[in-house]
Amino acid sequence: MARETAPGATAGTRTGATEPAADLLRVENLSVEFPAPSGGWQTTVQDVSFSLRPGESMALVGESGSGKTVTSIAVMGLTGATGGRIASGRVVFDGVDLTAGTQKQWRDLRGPGMGMIFQQPIRSLNPAYTVGDQIAESVRKHLGMNRRQARARAVEMLEMVQIPRAAQRVDEYPHAFSGGMCQRVMIAMVMACNPRLLIADEPTTALDVTVQERILELLRDLQEQTGVALLFVSHDLAVVAELCQEVVVMYAGEVAENAPSEQLFFNPRHPYTSGLLGSIPKPGLSTDRRLRAIPGGIPSPGAWPHGCRFSSRCEYAQPGRCDVAHPGLVRVDGAAGHHARCVRVAELSLDGVTV
Amino acid sequence: MSANQSPTSPVPGNDPLDTGAPAGGLAETVLAEVPTAAVGAGDPEPVAAPGILRSIVRRPATIVAGVFLLVLALVAIFAPALAPYDPDVQDLLQRLKPPSAEHWLGTDDYGRDVLSRLIFGARVSLWAALQAAAVALVLGLPAGMIAGYRGGWVDAILTRLMDALMSAPSLVLAITIVAVLGAGITNAMLAIGLVMAPRFFRVARAGTMDVRHETYIEASIALGCSTLRTTVRHVLPNVLPPIILVISVSLGTAVAAEASLSFLGLGVQAPAASWGSMLSTASSNMRLAPYLVWPPGVMIFLAVLAFTYVGDGVRRALVRTRSGN
Amino acid sequence: MLRYAGRRLLAAIPLLFVVPLLVFALIELAPGDPAVILAGDEPTPERVEAIREELNLNDPVLLRYLMWIGDVVRGDLGTSFLSDQTVTELLTRRMATTLSLVLVAMIFAIVLGATLALVATLRSGGIVDRIVNGFASISIAIPGFWFGLVLASVFAVGLQMFPAFGYQPLSDGFWPWLSHLILPGIALGLLPAAEVTLQLRSALGQVMKTDYVLNAEAKGLSRSSVVFKHSLKNACIPVITVLGFRVAEVLAGSVTIEMIYNMPGLGRTAVEAVQGRDVPVLLGFVLFSTTIVVLVNLIVDISYGYFNPKVRS
Repeated sequence: MARETAPGATAGTRTGATEPAADLLRVENLSVEFPAPSGGWQTTVQDVSFSLRPGESMALVGESGSGKTVTSIAVMGLTGATGGRIASGRVVFDGVDLTAGTQKQWRDLRGPGMGMIFQQPIRSLNPAYTVGDQIAESVRKHLGMNRRQARARAVEMLEMVQIPRAAQRVDEYPHAFSGGMCQRVMIAMVMACNPRLLIADEPTTALDVTVQERILELLRDLQEQTGVALLFVSHDLAVVAELCQEVVVMYAGEVAENAPSEQLFFNPRHPYTSGLLGSIPKPGLSTDRRLRAIPGGIPSPGAWPHGCRFSSRCEYAQPGRCDVAHPGLVRVDGAAGHHARCVRVAELSLDGVTV
Repeated sequence: MSANQSPTSPVPGNDPLDTGAPAGGLAETVLAEVPTAAVGAGDPEPVAAPGILRSIVRRPATIVAGVFLLVLALVAIFAPALAPYDPDVQDLLQRLKPPSAEHWLGTDDYGRDVLSRLIFGARVSLWAALQAAAVALVLGLPAGMIAGYRGGWVDAILTRLMDALMSAPSLVLAITIVAVLGAGITNAMLAIGLVMAPRFFRVARAGTMDVRHETYIEASIALGCSTLRTTVRHVLPNVLPPIILVISVSLGTAVAAEASLSFLGLGVQAPAASWGSMLSTASSNMRLAPYLVWPPGVMIFLAVLAFTYVGDGVRRALVRTRSGN
Repeated sequence: MLRYAGRRLLAAIPLLFVVPLLVFALIELAPGDPAVILAGDEPTPERVEAIREELNLNDPVLLRYLMWIGDVVRGDLGTSFLSDQTVTELLTRRMATTLSLVLVAMIFAIVLGATLALVATLRSGGIVDRIVNGFASISIAIPGFWFGLVLASVFAVGLQMFPAFGYQPLSDGFWPWLSHLILPGIALGLLPAAEVTLQLRSALGQVMKTDYVLNAEAKGLSRSSVVFKHSLKNACIPVITVLGFRVAEVLAGSVTIEMIYNMPGLGRTAVEAVQGRDVPVLLGFVLFSTTIVVLVNLIVDISYGYFNPKVRS
């Protein structure tokens, strides 16, 4: 595949950064495969690269089926546990190539190095054990605390995520908690081991709208207090705008566009990004633009078109150009750290967010 | 959890992990899955029988099992022509002889040819199994359909009764019934049939309740069709496919149960041979003739296994036909 | 929790009396004079009269049944026709053998079944998994009493590794007790072992796919913690259900096994009672078996509270 930029450099530089800190996480040319229904292996995520520095927050954005969750699972080293395999590429955490190391090395990093919260908090907690027990077990494993210390830590963490009456609720079972409370418990569980990277996979999608906002606030506060780096996976660009400095837009298993948030929101260079931005409802902000949904659906792995994977849904697609060859990720002129996978990147003028 | 559930069907909460089914091994699993997988799909269309047959034919294990049972049935039917000796003729000079050219599987403690007894035993065992399954079908199917169709107190009483029958240890119940009715193969099979009846009841009840309130049934009642006519024309087709499955599994259970009862001397009476009574002979001559243990046991095992595989084939076919629609 | 258990017990009690009612009904429905039938092949008038007396056959069936229940509630199960012992005495004396046998069989089933299921799960999809599955599927079809005969023939009579027959009470020492129970216990436990294997394997397979197990992995817990702590407890629920059902069948299976191994247990008593048409003993045996089944189901119900905290509240 023709590439016009070096993978490591795709998203590394943040606008306005004064000193280039070392990357905390570097994903390089990652491809993930899952067993195909008809036998053999099918590529689900292809050649994805991005990097994240300590304390930074980055969003992975796309519709469901774009491969963003598969990518984040791969970063955690859980691809095997979900039935897939990493076909090629590297996941480098704190300078260590985890894909080249042992399973144990990765396992030991989960907890103190990186933690993940999931889309369905209620289903992510084991119904058979108390929440305190589930928080305590990772602290005991990773921080070497004894039973009493671990329990105290569990209460402390529940207080930190603002669960009322934490000292009592620590002994309750997950079924006694609401969805939003379960997500707080999940956050407490992950943050208990002081991870350096927090991956949040659609953490608010399954929750009530009113609860969503508070969970996002909590994440923002925690990031400020602890300096944890955040990889935020979402389909909702509106949420991302409040939380993240960098955005990676994924489509059909690959990166469609990446850029610093502001750049991406006001000056998107990929028609897909523009379409996503257009589908954000903006109450009271702009009455002249209607909610614009992108027609069609994301092609499933194994049915990816030969040319640009977005071409069939793209209003700017030109026959003979867009459906001929698979476009590479190209650097957008005049903007640092901005790349888009579109052959017409230089000629199109796309709508961003209007204020 | 409601308090009126019988202790035989403990279904705790509505945790997705709770199967709540009395699932056991392959055979019990087969039975347990019937109401949920095949009948409970809420599909108003009765399963098309040709689809099931086609689906069964595609599974080699089911075919092998079916062919085996067919051969067994033929052996049972043509036993007099196939058996090398008269199974009941005693030859006291030839007692407890190990397998030889004259007696391929040896002779028993009365000098009777084991192979011949095994062949005639197939007759007794299969016929007994058919009787037991028929008894269970005749008792369980109508009761289940009535309970499912009527609901209310009729349903409550019948379900309670069947639950009680099911919770009692089956063989214990069977020997008690035999004790009252007297030993003998027909009484033994009556007992086993009675013990197996709740399986048919459950499936028939679930299948009936499933379609009871479907529009085409309500319409049929509204049109003034008699209850009997409605039941036979519209409910039976929905109940029958899973019942076929229960029949094949029950035949396997009945073969094993007949063997147990005859082994205990409560089933087939001397001198007639069944696989179970042959094992009884083997048991009392274990030191002198250990070879007697194998032939009848292997036959029981294979027959039970074959019925289970046929049942499993039917179940898979049912599930597939349902999900395919 | 206690109130819950009490409620379940109350709901179960009527069940105890439904099965005996069936026996009474059968005696009534059987063609011919029940007293003559029950007196056996060559009935003497005295014996027929004694049976008529003992079973109150001159009274209507429902009255007889209610009288029997009245006696049972007072702890009187009647007197055996064959010996002059009371049924309660007879059953109590022989109970230890059968309960020992059932206990050994169930422990064997749980240990073997759980081990095989765990090994298969840890090697999911591999050759071991397939061998375990094949073994369990085939074991399901093996008649327990035949397996008992084969074991006795090979290991007791042939290799003489175990005492072939009889029973030693636990008061004679642990090993003499256990050595008499190993072969019959294995024979009786094979079927439930196979069922535990299949059920636990399938339950573990489902639990391993849940979000909370993925979360346990995401927490960096060890493989053994993920399997033994986070998966096993949840996967136990369907297995416990099956075991509860299976106890009834194991109890029934003990009848043939006791005959093969010549053990003086309840099963043997029952067979002797059938041969001698000893109805009071049989009724007592039926009542005892059903009670055990009801109790086991109660224990199963209560154990759900441990495995599934949601039930408790």
